[in-house]
Amino acid sequence: MPDPVHISGTQEVGWFRRAADYLATGFVALAAVLVIVPLLAIFAYLVLKGVGSINISFLTQTPKPPGEAGGGMANAIVGTGLILAVSSLIGVPLGIGSGIYLAEYGRNRFGDLVRFTADVLNGVPSIVIGIAVYSLVVIPQKHFSAFSGGVALGIMMIPTVARATEEMLLMVPNVVREAAYGLGIPKWRTTLSISLRTASAGVITGCMLAFARVAGETAPLLFTAFGNQFWNLKLNQPTAALSLQVFTYAISPYDDWHKQAWAGALILILLIVGAVAAVRITTSRGMMKGA
Amino acid sequence: MGVGIEVRGLNAWYGKNQSLNSIDMTVAANHVTAVIGPSGCGKSTYVRCLNRMHETIPEARAEGSVKVGEMDVYGSGSDPVEVRRRIGMVFQKPNPFPTMSIYDNVAAGLKLNGFRNRKQMNELVERSLKLAALWEEVKDNLHKKSGASLSGGQQQRLCIARALAVEPEVLLMDEPASALDPISTSKIEELIFQLKQHYTVVIVTHNMQQAARVAEFTAFFLMGSLIEYDKTEKIFTTPADKRTEDYITGRFG
Amino acid sequence: MSDSVDPMNPTEPLGQLQKPATAIPSMAQVSRERKPAASTVLQKIRTSQPRASRIPDAVFRVIIVLSAVSVFAIVVLVAWELIDKSRLSLHQFGIGFFYGHDWDPVNGSFGAMPFIYGTLVSSFLALLLAVPLSLGVAVYITEMCPQRLRAIISFLVELLAAIPSVIYGLWGIFVLAPLLREYVEPFLARTLGWTGFFSGPMYGLGMLAAGIIMAIMVVPIIASITREVLTAVPQNQREAVLALGATRWEMIRMGVLRNARIGIVGGIILGLGRALGETMAVTMVIGNRPEVAKSLFAPGYTMASVIANEFTEATGDLYLSALVEIGLALFLVTLIVNALARLLVWSITRGSPGRSHA
Repeated sequence: MPDPVHISGTQEVGWFRRAADYLATGFVALAAVLVIVPLLAIFAYLVLKGVGSINISFLTQTPKPPGEAGGGMANAIVGTGLILAVSSLIGVPLGIGSGIYLAEYGRNRFGDLVRFTADVLNGVPSIVIGIAVYSLVVIPQKHFSAFSGGVALGIMMIPTVARATEEMLLMVPNVVREAAYGLGIPKWRTTLSISLRTASAGVITGCMLAFARVAGETAPLLFTAFGNQFWNLKLNQPTAALSLQVFTYAISPYDDWHKQAWAGALILILLIVGAVAAVRITTSRGMMKGA
Repeated sequence: MGVGIEVRGLNAWYGKNQSLNSIDMTVAANHVTAVIGPSGCGKSTYVRCLNRMHETIPEARAEGSVKVGEMDVYGSGSDPVEVRRRIGMVFQKPNPFPTMSIYDNVAAGLKLNGFRNRKQMNELVERSLKLAALWEEVKDNLHKKSGASLSGGQQQRLCIARALAVEPEVLLMDEPASALDPISTSKIEELIFQLKQHYTVVIVTHNMQQAARVAEFTAFFLMGSLIEYDKTEKIFTTPADKRTEDYITGRFG
Repeated sequence: MSDSVDPMNPTEPLGQLQKPATAIPSMAQVSRERKPAASTVLQKIRTSQPRASRIPDAVFRVIIVLSAVSVFAIVVLVAWELIDKSRLSLHQFGIGFFYGHDWDPVNGSFGAMPFIYGTLVSSFLALLLAVPLSLGVAVYITEMCPQRLRAIISFLVELLAAIPSVIYGLWGIFVLAPLLREYVEPFLARTLGWTGFFSGPMYGLGMLAAGIIMAIMVVPIIASITREVLTAVPQNQREAVLALGATRWEMIRMGVLRNARIGIVGGIILGLGRALGETMAVTMVIGNRPEVAKSLFAPGYTMASVIANEFTEATGDLYLSALVEIGLALFLVTLIVNALARLLVWSITRGSPGRSHA
C-alpha cells in the first residue's frame, strides 16, 4: 500500500469559493423575486384598473359602438358560459372515456398509441386547433358559431381530463376491483360505480383544471366563435366571449374600451380562480364526509 | 498520519428530540474504532456529528466539543466546509457520481478544492485508487467507465478512494459494508485494516463480528448514551456493564 | 396530497391538488408496471358470469374504446385538414415558401421567412431570459428556501401558468410596453446600442416586449419540470458532495444540477415548444410587421400571430392556403420539439418507456 502524500495540505477554504457561494445564493434568490414581481404586478393592475369599470351596466349591457360611453360585456360573459358548456360536453365525456380506456383496457400497443396522441394533442398550439376546427366545422356550417368554438375548446380539454382520469384510476387498488368481480359485479359497473367513484375527486379536479385552462383561451375562438357585439344564445351563430372581447378592446384605439378590457380581464381571471377554488372546496368537503 | 479525536460533552438533537447525551470519548490515532449498538442508539448520529454532517439535516443541531487533532470542529472560527474536507466519510449505500467517470469521481474532491495541475491530479487519483485496492481493476477504464457501472463492492471502494483523495486525517465509515455481499465485505474489511496505518478510522457497524474482526477499540452506544468504551477484546469477552453484556450476548438488539 | 406539479401541463392554479401530479410520460411507465392481475381474475370470473351482463359489458367496452379512438381520430383529422387546406399553397410555392422574404398578399406574394424569423428570435429571446430565471427559482425552491416559504413561492410560480395569454397581452400593451419605451429601451440604447441589437425607434412594442412577455409565460413550465427533476436526485448524492468539503453552491452544482441536467434540458425544450406556439400575448405586443430586423426594438411578426391577425380577412383561396401552410409548419415543429422534450424528461424521471409488456 502506497504512502499517501499530503499535497493539498491544510489550506482554508479559498475566498473565491466563498464568494461564489454567496453570489450564487444571491442570484437564485433574486431569480425568485424577479419571477414573482410580474405576477404580483399583473394581479395588482387587473384589480386596480379593472375594478373601477365593473358596475351593473358592465355586467348587464352589450357593447356600445365606439365613441359612445358605457356599454358592457354581458353578452361576452354569457357567451363564454355557452361556449364552455359545449366544450365541457365534448371534452369531459371523451376525456373520461379515454382515461378509462387507458387505465382499464389499454395496457397494450394501441393504448400506448392513444397515450402518445393525447400528448401530441396537448402540445398542438391552440391556434392550429382553431384552423382545423374552422375547416371541419365552420366551413360546412357556412358560418361562425358558438358550437364550433365549443368544439375547439372541447378538443383542448381532452388530454388533460384523460390524463387525470387515467392516473386516478390507476391509483385505485386492484383489490377493490377484484372484490367487486368476486361479488359478481360486471366490469362496466365496477368501473363506473366503484373505480371511477373512488377516483372521482381527482377526476373532477382534472376536469376543472382543463376547464380553467380553456376558459382563458382566445386564439382558437378567433375563427370559430368569432365574437359578436350583440346577444346571441344560438349555438349556430357567432358568439361573443370574454377572452375575445378583451382582445378586441385591448388592441382598439378607444380609451373607454381599454378600461372595459381591464374589467373583462378581471372577470375572466376571477372566473378561472373561482372555478378551481370551488372545486377544491367541494371535493375536500366531500372527502371529509366520506372519511 | 492520522490524528486522535477528543469528544467532550457532545449532545445532539433532531428538532426537540435529543439523540445524543453528553458523549465523552477519546479516539486513538491510527487505530480502528468500532461504534456498535442496537438500531436507533445514536451511533450514526454520533459519527455524523464528528464531521458536522449532522447539522445538514433540517432542524438538527449539535453542541459540545470535538477536537480532531488540533482542529476544533465546533469552535467559533470553524468552517464546516474545511472540517468536512479534513474528515472523510463513506456512507452505507455506495454513492458514486453516476454522471462522472471513475477518474472524475475520485478527482471530484480535488477539483472542488481548486486543484488544477493535471499531472499531480493523475498521481493523486492513482494513489487513492491504490489505497482503496481498486486500481488494478479499473486502471484501464478510468475515463471510459462511469462511476455507477461498477459492482456494489467496487463502487464502495471507489467511494473510499474518493474520500481519501482529498487527504483527510480521519476516515468515518457509516456501516460501509452492510449493503454488500460477503466477498466484497471481506475485501472492505481487509482494506480498513490496512488503512489504519495512515488514517484514524471510526466505523459504525451493526455487525458485532465485523467489529471484532477489524477494530481495536469498540464503543457501545445505547439510547443516545455511551455505555462502554474499551479495547474490543475486553468488550467482547469481559464487558464491564451489564447492558453491554446483554447486547453482546444477543439478549436484545 | 402531493405538492409536486404536473410538469407537462403546468396550468394548475392555486397549487395543491389532490392528484399526485405526474406527467403523461409517467402513465406509460406506471401503467405498464401495474400488471393485469385484474384481467386474469376477470377472465376467470367472466366465464362464470351470467350471460345477462356480457352484453352491457361489451357495449361499455365499445363506448370506451370509441372514446379512445376519437382522440386518435381527432389528431389525424387535424393533421389531415392542415395538409389538405394548404395543398394549394404547397403546390404553388413549394419549398421556396419558407425562405421568401416578401409577404405581400395584395400582390399575391407569400414568403414566410419574416414569420419564421420572428418566431425563432422571439422564442430564443424568451428562453434566454427564462432559463436562468427558471433554474434559479427551481434551485431556490428546492435547495435554499426556508421551509415555511416553500409552499407560498411554489404556489405563486404555478399561478403564473394559470394566467391566460390574452391577459398577459393586455398587461404587455398597457404596462410593459410603456415601461420599455420610457425607461428600459433608452437605457439599453445608451449602453448597448453599439451592438446593433438596441437601436432604432423605440415604440415599446416590438420584439423585445414579445420576448419578455413570453419569458414570463414560459418560466413556470421550465421551473416546474426542473423542480421535479431536482427533487428526484437522491439525497445521498448531496451528502456525498458535502462530505468531500463543498460549499452549498458547489454541492448544488456537482451533486444536484449535474445529475438532473438531462431532465432540465428536457424542460427547457418543452418551454421552447410552448413559446413557439404562443399566440395572443405575442400578437398584442410584437407590432405585427413582417420585417426582418436586427434590432430588438423593431416590430416583428410570428407564425402564430400572422394566422391570428389575417386568417379571418384572408381574401382568396391562395391567401388562406398560405396561412394554413404556416399553421402546418407550426404544427410539425411543435410536434417534433415536444416529442424530443418528452423523451428527455422521461429518461430521467421515469426510466425510458420501453416496449416490453413483460
